Amino acid sequence: MIEALRVDPWRDLPPLLAAVFAALSCGLLGNFLVLRRLSMMGDAISHSVLPGLVAAFLIAGTRSSPAMFIGAAIAGLMTVGLVSLVRSAGRVESGAAMGVVFSVLFALGVLLLEQAAARNVDLDADCVLHGQLEFLFAVRPAGGAPLLSVEWLRRLPGEVYTLAVMTVVAIGFMLLCFKELRIVSFDPELAASQGISPRLVNAFLMVLVAAATVASFKAVGSILVIAMLVCPAATARLLTDRLHTQVIASGVIALIAAIIGFFGATAVPRALGLADDVNTAGAMTVALGLFFAVTVIVAPRHGVIAGALRRVRLGRRVLMEDLLGTLYRAEEREAGVIDESMSPVMRPGPTGTQRLRAEAMARRRGLITGEGEDATLTSAGRTAAADLVRRHRLWESYLVQEAGLRADHVHDPAETLEHLRDEGRRPIAPTATDRVDPHGKPIPGGE
Amino acid sequence: MNGSLTDVTDTWPGWSAIVETLLLRAGFNTTIVIVGTTLLGVAGGLVGAFSLLRKRALLADALSHATLPGIAGAFLVMVAFGGDSRSLPALLGGAALTGVLALLCVQLILRSTRLREDAALGIVLSVFFGVGIVLLSVAQSSPSGTQAGLSHFIYGQTAAMSRHDAILMGSIALLSILVAALLAKELALVCFNDAFAKVTGIPVTLLDLLLMGLVVLVTVTGLQAVGLILVVAILIIPAAAARFWTDRFRTMLLVAAIVGGISGYLGSVVSALLPRKPAGAVIVLVSGAVFAVSMLLAPRRGVVAIALRAARMRLRIAGEHLLSHLLEREEAAPAGTGSAMSNDVLVAGAGARGWSAARTRLVARLLAWRGLVQRRGASLALTPAGRAAGERVRRNHRLWEQYLVSYADVAPSHVDWSVDQVEHVLSESLVQELEASLEARGISASGRGRITVQRSDEER
Repeated sequence: MIEALRVDPWRDLPPLLAAVFAALSCGLLGNFLVLRRLSMMGDAISHSVLPGLVAAFLIAGTRSSPAMFIGAAIAGLMTVGLVSLVRSAGRVESGAAMGVVFSVLFALGVLLLEQAAARNVDLDADCVLHGQLEFLFAVRPAGGAPLLSVEWLRRLPGEVYTLAVMTVVAIGFMLLCFKELRIVSFDPELAASQGISPRLVNAFLMVLVAAATVASFKAVGSILVIAMLVCPAATARLLTDRLHTQVIASGVIALIAAIIGFFGATAVPRALGLADDVNTAGAMTVALGLFFAVTVIVAPRHGVIAGALRRVRLGRRVLMEDLLGTLYRAEEREAGVIDESMSPVMRPGPTGTQRLRAEAMARRRGLITGEGEDATLTSAGRTAAADLVRRHRLWESYLVQEAGLRADHVHDPAETLEHLRDEGRRPIAPTATDRVDPHGKPIPGGE
Repeated sequence: MNGSLTDVTDTWPGWSAIVETLLLRAGFNTTIVIVGTTLLGVAGGLVGAFSLLRKRALLADALSHATLPGIAGAFLVMVAFGGDSRSLPALLGGAALTGVLALLCVQLILRSTRLREDAALGIVLSVFFGVGIVLLSVAQSSPSGTQAGLSHFIYGQTAAMSRHDAILMGSIALLSILVAALLAKELALVCFNDAFAKVTGIPVTLLDLLLMGLVVLVTVTGLQAVGLILVVAILIIPAAAARFWTDRFRTMLLVAAIVGGISGYLGSVVSALLPRKPAGAVIVLVSGAVFAVSMLLAPRRGVVAIALRAARMRLRIAGEHLLSHLLEREEAAPAGTGSAMSNDVLVAGAGARGWSAARTRLVARLLAWRGLVQRRGASLALTPAGRAAGERVRRNHRLWEQYLVSYADVAPSHVDWSVDQVEHVLSESLVQELEASLEARGISASGRGRITVQRSDEER
């Protein structure tokens, strides 16, 4: 287990570096894909680079990186262009347009691959999907050489350098154009009115995404590329509402997932007693998936738990407020302020265990004393209840006067609206003459 | 090793072999596979048409990628418990299981987070496939040695299909065709207007689930024939191609089914006849070709048809502008000299409108062909019909000017600028309506001379 965590500078560090750079460049750019609802574009591009690769190989006859890179880049840009052509000229919905384009290109790639296979050429299709991180080692020189020496740098595989350049370009683009990217992502019309061309920014973004995809997938495989484009950004989006925080968080998440996946691919199978390592790119994807799943559950504001807690708290507050309202209206009846003609039905308020819980909460806050039938409002409770009833009756007046509802239709909506807390949704205070609600009940407070 | 793409020459089968395969006489196994893929294509076209209209085309993509962990997992389970690790029903069962799980995950992400569908699909697709790859690498290190067949599911391999596999595929495809055909009306309602469907008492959620179930069936069935990456194509491409040809739902279903069926048929026939032509890829390429042709040539929604319509519209508008130009000159000229306009003047006048000389000549020739202007040597003159047409254009123009000023609160300085484009699309009935409403207010729409737009005080 511990042994699995040891990093050999020749065997382990190059693939780890490649994965980290791929994670950073894709993970950061992915933020804008997710915001622009183009997440599946990465999927489309990374599938359709296959024919570009195979064609480049068949034409150039080598597996040299530059030829393959150019072939894949052409295919990637073709995908972007074709998708937008099918979408705009053919008026096909964007999801379907991507599906059509990438599957046709991929089919072409499979066919070309068979041609290559017929010539006994080893061009492993699987590496397009899984990547070949495991083969990205540097050859250890005979005498050995220290880490980070010139010799080590010289022997690093070319992919590592390609990816490093790609990462720098991606980060530079985002630093330079952050303002433009942000405004185009959130409000293309506003951007256009301020002289920023959404089409141009979008085209730049797409070219970079295509480049990052192409640079990454040979090392890490197309599946990890898709995962890195979408998962870190989506995870970060659940953690924060600020774009630059989100971008930074996505970079950190991508980085950590890459490292965890890298070591997990070796450590976890050993811990489980399996003989061989599992696929590294796959393990990184799984790490990203786990990060996302955990975030969905525990994210502070947008998480499932936070949402559930908010709902529970809201439910309890509504119950307590309903109890206060019921007690206040009962006092009003006793005092003769309201009578049967105004509200023929006396609403019971919360009952059973809900009533007990509401009472307990109100008592803790010093709003009522006594329990059950004997519960009475304290003076603080009376103020709170008066405020609530005031809001209820103001809403009723508003709904009749401004929204044109009939007086016998306004109680139920007011029952919901009275619990709204934010200042913007306070009902408008009626004029001085309006001291009673549509049913003739007095509107408390507000003098 | 260096060489062109055509280095590898395929040995072409003889005509008799081609005809025999096309007519399903090339041996029982081949025939079964061809019938199976054809049925699969029809099923994909039908089901895909529904999911395209429901705007869920890419859901199938996430679903198909998510079948990999199911296949690899089922394989590992069978190996662990000593079952037949290549049993197709077990592998497809596993595929369907994780496929459905992926759909549930997409729904869960959409319900419980603020992420949009595209992100949900991307996450589910990549993470499930990543799990699949991890399981696959575990399977590859297992000693049983039968795992080689698993990668067939990624790229598809009809050649590896046994008779039973093909029959299983055909019957599942047939089942989904039947269900889709029987429930076509209800599904259509859900696709076009789910809110309406809900109030008319149609169980929308149930039908949505059913549709998803059909998509799962087609995907899982197609795994062996086309492979899990390309199976999305048989669900999307025929439907998207069919959409170009018609605006009618039933016709679209029919066209999608036919396109899917033909692609499946041709794909497996070609694959049976030629070496190194995987059926999946050929099927997708055939349907892709049909899509490209449809997108270009479809009568109303095709690219060429749209471009032609736009060009015709531009020419008509240019002609109308030229007519009113000629009319203005005719009225400005001293009585008796007529409206004849020499070519130079014409080109100069058109140049002011930003037209090229060639375009002006083309427009003039078209007008002459329609008998609206007369060419006298190098000059142009309105015919009586042309004069009437020019007056109609000008009248529409004024109607719009007035309408925009009186009703649409457009600033008078902008009126002239926008009406020029809009006068050409006025329908006859709208013109009559406008005329009536304006004349009722004492404004004359016809009559000679420059119309005076009534300006409000604050505009001055």
